[in-house]
Amino acid sequence: MSKKTETNNKKSYDFNLIVGIVLTAIVVIPSLIGLFWTPYNPETMNSSLKMAGPSLQHLMGCDNFGRDVLSRVMKGSTTTLLIGLGTVAFGCIFGTVVGAFTGYYGGIIDEILMRCNDVMFSFPSILLALVFVAVLGSGKYQVTVALGIAFIPSYARIVRSEYIRIKNMDYVQSAKLAGAADLRVMFVHMLPNCIRVLASSVLIGFNNAVLAEAGLSFLGIGVQPPDASLGSMLSEAQTYLFSKPGLAIAPGITLIMMVLGIALLGKKVDGKK
Amino acid sequence: MPTVLKKIISAILTILIVSCLVFLAFSIIPGDPAVAKLGTQATPEKLAALRASMGLDKSVPERFLTWILGVLHGDFGKSYSYSMPVTSLIKDKIPLTLMLTVYSFILMIVLSVVLAVYAAWHENSLIDKILQILNQVIMSIPPFFGGILITLFFGLGLKLFTPGGYVSYHVNFGRFMGYMFFPALAIALPKSAMAFNLLYTSLVEEGKKDYARTAFSRGNKTKDVFYKHLLKNACIPVITFLGMALADMVAGSIVIEQVFGIPGLGRILLTSIQNRDYPVVEAIIVIIAVLVVVSNLLVDILYRVVDPRTRS
Repeated sequence: MSKKTETNNKKSYDFNLIVGIVLTAIVVIPSLIGLFWTPYNPETMNSSLKMAGPSLQHLMGCDNFGRDVLSRVMKGSTTTLLIGLGTVAFGCIFGTVVGAFTGYYGGIIDEILMRCNDVMFSFPSILLALVFVAVLGSGKYQVTVALGIAFIPSYARIVRSEYIRIKNMDYVQSAKLAGAADLRVMFVHMLPNCIRVLASSVLIGFNNAVLAEAGLSFLGIGVQPPDASLGSMLSEAQTYLFSKPGLAIAPGITLIMMVLGIALLGKKVDGKK
Repeated sequence: MPTVLKKIISAILTILIVSCLVFLAFSIIPGDPAVAKLGTQATPEKLAALRASMGLDKSVPERFLTWILGVLHGDFGKSYSYSMPVTSLIKDKIPLTLMLTVYSFILMIVLSVVLAVYAAWHENSLIDKILQILNQVIMSIPPFFGGILITLFFGLGLKLFTPGGYVSYHVNFGRFMGYMFFPALAIALPKSAMAFNLLYTSLVEEGKKDYARTAFSRGNKTKDVFYKHLLKNACIPVITFLGMALADMVAGSIVIEQVFGIPGLGRILLTSIQNRDYPVVEAIIVIIAVLVVVSNLLVDILYRVVDPRTRS
């Protein structure tokens, strides 16, 4: 009986993995291509093709300015992916540094920083990002930084608790006894042992970043035209929801597939731990 | 109850820190609101006069002191772009956002508890499996796209409500609640998927524990054990989530308001961010901070009430 459930579990994990890989590939490969090539120029307007339905030339049809939706979805998901990556990199690097120092040294700085961290952590990240966007202004770089700052606390928290857990382990002590400098102990010896915990939170964080970016761009304070992101495309499409609901579906489904695919992959990474 | 007192003090401190940081952030960013209002062609005398009337001629600490004292009296200063007190600008918008948040919170609890109990009760049944898959998909739908889908499906497809046909609760409370059901659903769905996940896992875990097996083997009715023992214990991890969910829902309602055309805090926050109308932005952020901190505090207290082990 127990053996049966075990194999069942294994199967369902693999199922998740396959679906995750397939969904992520469907979204990521076209958006990687979109970095270099799109079927049409995503910004070229063509008034004769306004609101054209799907055809062989334009697989997803055209939008209110006669721009090719497929090209825009490709370009938009590239922007969304890059902002997600940038955000996670920013938040993860600074969060790791903050978490490593506070976890390793402790003391009064740890107290103060963690207090601030708790305050920030209790706020929804999209709200934090809204504040930072209000301060920094909108645009793709500002949004990346704003979201990145908003994501620092969660990584700092994870890394700090890992560092507190492993700082008294034997290998750390012996590295110190061997005369390694604090920085070397922290980032050469201890950091690789946090990678696994970080990896699954990076995937979750990436999803949150994608959703937050889409939310900000949807609100009109994220990515600004002529750049397109999935969120800003959705916000444009919302105006034409009554006459052409299809415009909202293409970027929306892309967004869902991206998030779902990565969530399933994240589950796999998490399950391996 | 000294720990509760400590929590309350720390909550007040948090709100103070947040308002201090928010004020500081908007004071140090480059750009002169007086210039923004009058344009670059304005004479220096006019600018100086406007700065004085906006209180911008004083130093930052002085301004902060006046501002925070005003906030304590419910006065958030004057809006730059509307030339009226911020308080009267946002006063009637707060209940709207609050109602939407509470509405979706209740919806989330009802949806997740009912479905999780059903799925855990019928573990490994077909419906359980369908719910699990559906759950993962719903979790991946961004709330605003969920809102668009709901508008398409319920509004344009089934014609259950008129998209954009918001009715103020002063006019007709029944129709207001009817309209608000759909935005509330859009906010609640992704959160209830997460709450479902937590409650379901914890219910299944509790069912495997010794006390549950003892209760079953002593011949208690399965239903009784489930509701009287398992559900109580399974709720504890969910409560922690509720605090975070409530905070997220406040933020979520700001976004969803845009989808459904509800004139709450969200719309005025966005226009104020775009117009760089900082007194309004500061006020709304402080109000939301208070909402978030208070909801976290309530959850903390609820946690103590529900789980006697945390009372020391």
